[in-house]
Amino acid sequence: MEVEILARVQFAFTIAFHYIYPPLSIGLGLVMVAMEGLYLKTGNVLYEKMTRFYTRIFALIFGIGVATGIVMEFEFGTNWATYSRYVGDVFGSALAAEGIFAFALESGFLGVLLFGWNKVSPRVHFFSTVMVTLGSMFSAIWIVVANSWQQTPAGYHIVGTGLNARAEITDFWAMVFNPSSVDRVIHVWIGSFLAGAFLVLSISAYYILKGKFQDFARASFKIALVLATVSGLAQLFAGHRSADIVAKYQPAKLAALEGHFDSLGTGDMYLVGYIDKKAQKTHGIRIPGGLSFLTHGDFKAPIRGLRSFKPDDRPKALNVTFQSYHIMIACGMAMIALTLYACWLWYKRKLFDKRWLLLLFAWAVILPQVANQAGWYAAETGRQPWVVYGLLRTSDALSKSVTANQVIFSLVLFSLVYTLLFILFIYLLNKKIKHGPYSTGDIDHSPRHKTMAGEFEGI
Amino acid sequence: MEQFLGIDYASWWFMIIGAVFTGYAILDGFDLGAGALHLFFNKEESRRIALNAIGPVWDGNEVWLVIGGGALFAGFPKVYAAVFSAFYVPFMLFLTVLIFRAISIEFRSKEPMLWWRKMWDVAYCLSSSAIAFLLGVVLGNILLGIPVDRDGNFTGDLLYFLNPYALMVGITTLALFMMHGAIYLVMKTEDRLYAKLTIMVRDTTIFFSISVLLLSFYTLLYVPHLTNNIRQNPWMFLIPVIMVFNIAHITRQVAKRKYLLAFISSCITVSLLLIIVAIELYPNMLISTLDPAYSITVHNGSSSSKSLGIMLTVAAIGVPLVVAYTTFVFWTFKGKVKLDETSY
Repeated sequence: MEVEILARVQFAFTIAFHYIYPPLSIGLGLVMVAMEGLYLKTGNVLYEKMTRFYTRIFALIFGIGVATGIVMEFEFGTNWATYSRYVGDVFGSALAAEGIFAFALESGFLGVLLFGWNKVSPRVHFFSTVMVTLGSMFSAIWIVVANSWQQTPAGYHIVGTGLNARAEITDFWAMVFNPSSVDRVIHVWIGSFLAGAFLVLSISAYYILKGKFQDFARASFKIALVLATVSGLAQLFAGHRSADIVAKYQPAKLAALEGHFDSLGTGDMYLVGYIDKKAQKTHGIRIPGGLSFLTHGDFKAPIRGLRSFKPDDRPKALNVTFQSYHIMIACGMAMIALTLYACWLWYKRKLFDKRWLLLLFAWAVILPQVANQAGWYAAETGRQPWVVYGLLRTSDALSKSVTANQVIFSLVLFSLVYTLLFILFIYLLNKKIKHGPYSTGDIDHSPRHKTMAGEFEGI
Repeated sequence: MEQFLGIDYASWWFMIIGAVFTGYAILDGFDLGAGALHLFFNKEESRRIALNAIGPVWDGNEVWLVIGGGALFAGFPKVYAAVFSAFYVPFMLFLTVLIFRAISIEFRSKEPMLWWRKMWDVAYCLSSSAIAFLLGVVLGNILLGIPVDRDGNFTGDLLYFLNPYALMVGITTLALFMMHGAIYLVMKTEDRLYAKLTIMVRDTTIFFSISVLLLSFYTLLYVPHLTNNIRQNPWMFLIPVIMVFNIAHITRQVAKRKYLLAFISSCITVSLLLIIVAIELYPNMLISTLDPAYSITVHNGSSSSKSLGIMLTVAAIGVPLVVAYTTFVFWTFKGKVKLDETSY
């Protein structure tokens, strides 16, 4: 097989696996901030118990997120050397800012969050929880800024030609606030909140169904339900804004998202469907003119179709782009429906009466995960054949000295390691959930803080 | 190129990256070293204490590697691209052991079975040692130079990186981290484990002294291009001399049981070694063995002045913050390790 395909498969595989964890950290972090904040405000130990329980789950998720994240940073250099030379001047500053401002913040305070319960005062501990959550949100900013620059480059100029061409930064803030970054950061944040909130909803629903830890589970469920409902509705707007940006700056991607071929016809919106690439037609259930309406507020407005782009400039994996985009939307809608219905029941004071709904919530933890992954696939495959939109083709971005055999070797290695990692993750997550929150007796409250014993020897 | 205090931006950024990798070697160095010593502890409780001595800080320490990698990517994209694509296989192995190390620390305590814990103990020890060794191997190859062509593409074969010099740097790095880790652990332990560690501090210091001595001889005899800078600036001979005294100082403080001072000396040793590396390399960052004209230097491999200027601002704001909360975290967990319900 070609190096290009192999390198792309490897990158897609490692980033998809990585992308399970950071959104969960961000979302769960926010839930924990809410729980610990309530504990500080009310002094109710139930909230402390919650924070401690979810901290343990957070630790597991965060650990895997860090380990798989370093792989991503190295892979730019190992597999995509030409790309790294091309974008380093621009992309590098975002990555360096991520390391210094965000990653150091979250990893530093993580130690206090996990192990500091008996070492610092409750307020300092709460502060650490907030810092870890903020750090993980900052991380998302810089990574999404860097990726958005690849989608809608800004604040740069090109120096050199041919193989030696590279982008150089001319305006830092124009690079940071490139046309798509703000909307995409918000879109990714909200997706992360949903991931965290639905994990808590799932675990709580499971406990309620099993009749275990009732007070604990019901209170956690309500906290997470508030976050999930608000996020789900906000995502409607954030998602729409992201799509608007695509329509404006990446017309070929927009056409691929809805399988729109006609050069200047009105754009339809599909609920489900598939693309017949040979016949250049899309079949399925559609709202005629829906795409035109969402983009221009007019059912008759023309939308540029795939046929108006040179064959070399069109996204290749049309069905992947189309399907993953529609799967993302379907999952989003399902989440909104579930949370709104649950809120209605809550209002009627019957929230925990329907077993089938709790069963759905226990399994719904899959929904935000699928939506997040599918959304990335749509965004990234829709950008093809470019790695930096309109500037650098993916096929030109590879490491020239790396052979197919080397990539196969590393791909096999990562497949084995990540499979093992995933099995262990599920096993341990399941175990922690089965074990449930620690009862107050298990928690050692003795050396809350200020024990001066145990200074370094010799001074 | 624009200058600040008479030094151009690219050289500033070279120093900053050097400082970040030094920070990494000092911080992750002790927890990697503690990991490499892990199997020498026999009792379950000893192993738990040793693991929890690094428990709250290892993750934060590893961040310095991420910052270093990001800083290299940003400041010297050509070097980053050339080094990472040239050392494809060693870096992939490095990433694998890095993952194994993280999961062995996280997963060890999650099950009580003896076989489970022993399995992760072995994984933790081997992966920690392998990381230290591989870092040294890559450093050794960078010092020696590698065959890269005009465009910065590697032309050597798969096993190129396994040469005697690089292997010696690998072993020296492992020895350095073991000594550094042993001194750290001695500060964090009590009673019998403490007594055992004092002996280990002595043994690892001897191991390190011998390997660094051999490495120095080898460099002087067989890698003359690394000594040019020092030969031209004789005052720089002071640095290796200070280092020798500093290593002697470690043994003296250990004998007096002043372990904090010994640890500080050990940190200084790590810094001095990396300062020597930086002096030996400058202004080259990646020496091409094909043709010196292909070498990537601080000046032909750097990002634009504009980009470097932005990142110097980022670093000026960010680094003091990082140092501040790293200090806060270490202060929070100072003193001997006490196991509680949040421990590994």
